[in-house]
Amino acid sequence: MANETVIETQEQHDNAPQKENLWNGGQSPFKASYGKLMMWYFLLSDAFTFGGFLLAYGALRFSVKGWPVPDFVFQTAPFGISGAPLIFVTFMTFVLIVSSVTVLRAVQEGKRENQSAVVKWLLATVLGGGLFLGCQAWEWTNLIATEGMTLYTNPFATHIDEGKYLTLDELNGIAKEKGWEKEVVSVESHGKTSEITYFTDAKGNKYFEKRDHHGDLPEKMEIKAGDSYLITYQHDLHDYAVGAYQTADGEVKTEPFGPQAFGALFFFITGFHGFHVFSGLAFLLIIAIQAANGTYVARKNGYEMVEKIGLYWHFVDLVWVFVFLAFYLL
Amino acid sequence: MAHATTREEDIKVGRNGFFILLIVTLAEVAVALIGNGHLIEGLSLPKMIMIPVMIALSLYKAYYITSIFMHLGSEVKPFIATVVLPMLLFIWAIIAFLWEGSAWFNNQEYVNKKNQEQVDPKGEATEGATGMLMNANEAPKQVRFE
Repeated sequence: MANETVIETQEQHDNAPQKENLWNGGQSPFKASYGKLMMWYFLLSDAFTFGGFLLAYGALRFSVKGWPVPDFVFQTAPFGISGAPLIFVTFMTFVLIVSSVTVLRAVQEGKRENQSAVVKWLLATVLGGGLFLGCQAWEWTNLIATEGMTLYTNPFATHIDEGKYLTLDELNGIAKEKGWEKEVVSVESHGKTSEITYFTDAKGNKYFEKRDHHGDLPEKMEIKAGDSYLITYQHDLHDYAVGAYQTADGEVKTEPFGPQAFGALFFFITGFHGFHVFSGLAFLLIIAIQAANGTYVARKNGYEMVEKIGLYWHFVDLVWVFVFLAFYLL
Repeated sequence: MAHATTREEDIKVGRNGFFILLIVTLAEVAVALIGNGHLIEGLSLPKMIMIPVMIALSLYKAYYITSIFMHLGSEVKPFIATVVLPMLLFIWAIIAFLWEGSAWFNNQEYVNKKNQEQVDPKGEATEGATGMLMNANEAPKQVRFE
């Protein structure tokens, strides 16, 4: 009788799921190495850094009128493509996703201790990251050199007033009426010369006829509140050709510049992210060389270094998901 | 850490992950473009629908990358908690800072209004219940949602 009781208890004991106690010492309670844990906690802290920047973006964006509309600002791509809103940045997101998959394959092959495959997949990741940085560099060059956006000047904005852009004839008439000075400048671009006329009032404000970078008049001269616009940067004049318009009340004004914070936030946050991509590329390259040299073959933790840099690279992709969301989608 | 996987299983994880992330990204961009009238002429979705949808899709991508690509999902539960729980702070942070931005926006209207007013030379500045130089009645109450 007593024996049976003991055996039953024993069986119950064996069949019941054992809750293993990880905190009795002799092992990592999180079943992960120190290096991997510390990489996770570094990424957590970095997530808060980027979170802080994006929160600043949110607060400043909510606080002003006339914030530029993303699909108006970001509608160009290399090879002369324009009028394609968000397409180029979607391509950049695709490149980062591909590089995330290649680094995942590198980590998987590392677990299998497949040295040549690890090097191959790590180098593929470096190529993907390099392509992303190249695209970002093109984006910056386009915004800064062609469209004239800087850290403290933002020519992209959204109309708050209602009215109509003024044609050159109308401006001539108004200038005569108000006694403004007229200046005609001859500029040369793409091999042909053209003239730019502008007027200066008593306070020194300049009034231009509204034309875009190619010298064309806007699609429609009417202005409604909420319409996006870009103040054309006139390269030959080294100045912004602020378009003159007349409000519904008859006031003659020039296009105001957009919120200053836009340029600062965009370049700083994408720059910080780009810096993370760049440092990630440097580490990926170093670890690929180490793997090729056979450093990880002899190590007790094998290819765990590849896993750690894989975590960093996935984090870079993750941050881009939220930068993409905040700047381009919302 | 995890049980040994075959090469085919590994490739499957990578390929599935790629397609899921790609489809979700394209969905987000589609919502943004359709909602703003770029893909279908004249159609525009209300922001109140577009914004939660795009945020939800991005959060799903974040969950997928963190749990499956970074393997956080296969780690020990207490460790997952030490990484995920601090992120809950973002819930407070997002609400607080967007509210703050709205308050700044409303303050602008108040400042502009006051700029237009005539000043009484004998008038004294008094601090109202808000702790700022205005009456509690005049204090902006609206939080802006677009």
